[in-house]
Amino acid sequence: MNNLFKALVEFGPDLWKATLDTLLMVSATMASALVLGTPLGVLLFTSAASGLYPHPLLNRVVGYVVNVLRSFPFIILLVILIPFSRFVVGTSIGPKAAAVALSFAVIPFFARLVEQNLRDVPRGIIDMAQACGASTATTIFKVLIAEAIPAIVGSFTVTATGFIAYSAVAGAVGAGGLGDLAIRYGYYRFETGVMVWCVVIMFVLVQATQMAGAWLARRLDKR
Amino acid sequence: MIELQQISKRFEVRGKTIDALLPTDLKIASGQVFGLLGFSGAGKSTLLRLINRLEEPTGGSVRIDGQELVGLSKEVLRQARQRIGMIFQQFNLLSHRSALHNVEFSLEVAGMNAAARKARAREALAAVGLSDREQSFPAQLSGGQRQRVAIARALATSPTILLCDEATSALDPHTALSILRLLQQLNRERGMTIVIVTHDIKVASYLCQHCVVLEHGRVVDRIAMADPQPQSLLGKFFFETARGWTDQTVLPQEEP
Repeated sequence: MNNLFKALVEFGPDLWKATLDTLLMVSATMASALVLGTPLGVLLFTSAASGLYPHPLLNRVVGYVVNVLRSFPFIILLVILIPFSRFVVGTSIGPKAAAVALSFAVIPFFARLVEQNLRDVPRGIIDMAQACGASTATTIFKVLIAEAIPAIVGSFTVTATGFIAYSAVAGAVGAGGLGDLAIRYGYYRFETGVMVWCVVIMFVLVQATQMAGAWLARRLDKR
Repeated sequence: MIELQQISKRFEVRGKTIDALLPTDLKIASGQVFGLLGFSGAGKSTLLRLINRLEEPTGGSVRIDGQELVGLSKEVLRQARQRIGMIFQQFNLLSHRSALHNVEFSLEVAGMNAAARKARAREALAAVGLSDREQSFPAQLSGGQRQRVAIARALATSPTILLCDEATSALDPHTALSILRLLQQLNRERGMTIVIVTHDIKVASYLCQHCVVLEHGRVVDRIAMADPQPQSLLGKFFFETARGWTDQTVLPQEEP
């Protein structure tokens, strides 16, 4: 107990900074999941053979790119992307650089989840929209996505909690954040107290994300 | 008037060709209630879905009040579809929208402004007897009420034709009859042409003036319901079992 308290006093500012870095990394990552992963998921769904805009070639190419990106072990992805990160955010270390690599990991992952969420919308709903004379755009936005939103919120929550943990892995290559702090102090310098605090804060972040996501999904779901 | 000429549908499933509907001619006069009768897989739903081109025909022509639907551009087809209402076995309501908002969907698609839409949707919900459930979500409604909302959605755009795909199959007999009565009322009061797919002879007997019996993608019987004289084995099966099954009931052969 005493050790834990001492660690908090001694490393308080570091823990605070690391928490902010983690939040920055995860928010940037999840923003790119939302902005780029969602449309990619919609594209995967609509261009499929059974989709609204069948385009087998496009579907296959996008599918391969997504699978290739998802096959990379995250650490390797981090290293490969160093030049790209330097180009985009001007640095190859720190939370901003890690956010670039995390985005590369999250976009294809979230896209696949969104694709599945859209697949789960009953086929008959699409028939109904078409029978009413709805355009493809109306069918996609007002029917498909609108019906899938509670499920997409669920996918977003699962992805966010998963990538809070992933962001800690990025710490291994000096990304900053709670994972970085836990490794540098807690692991290499045997400051168990710091490590415990890092894990506790991570737990609070995951728990808060999960609760917020579940609450929002419940509010949106009228089924 | 719905005129189908040599209309057919062939599916390719994993290299196998399946003739869901062999070339078929069919004329349905305006103001009629017309039944498509058959077992599952007979091609009756396919035939219905060819009328508003929800299925793309392999061959043949579909004319609705003189307008040819086959080969129409997407845009013109969309407008033609707005004049053809459709309801389904599974109701197909949008779960995130209230009853009123669901009815508004078909009007949104037709490009009506918000105020006019709301008024028209209210009228349609009143016509199906659901004025008091405007704000309910589909999950809060019974099966019969959900189908009424779906009917209101189809009605809202004042279509001349209503396509019903097994519209009462998911409902208990009592609720089914109340929905059939509503359809009959729409036919009588508004002169709406109704095409109904069913495997239930009771539904056809109650509602339809004319029926065709389908088997393996082929029309095997054409029956005037005022004086039904089925010729095919399957047609006879349907009518003989109208009063219920007995030990003497002859099952039509599976393969022709």
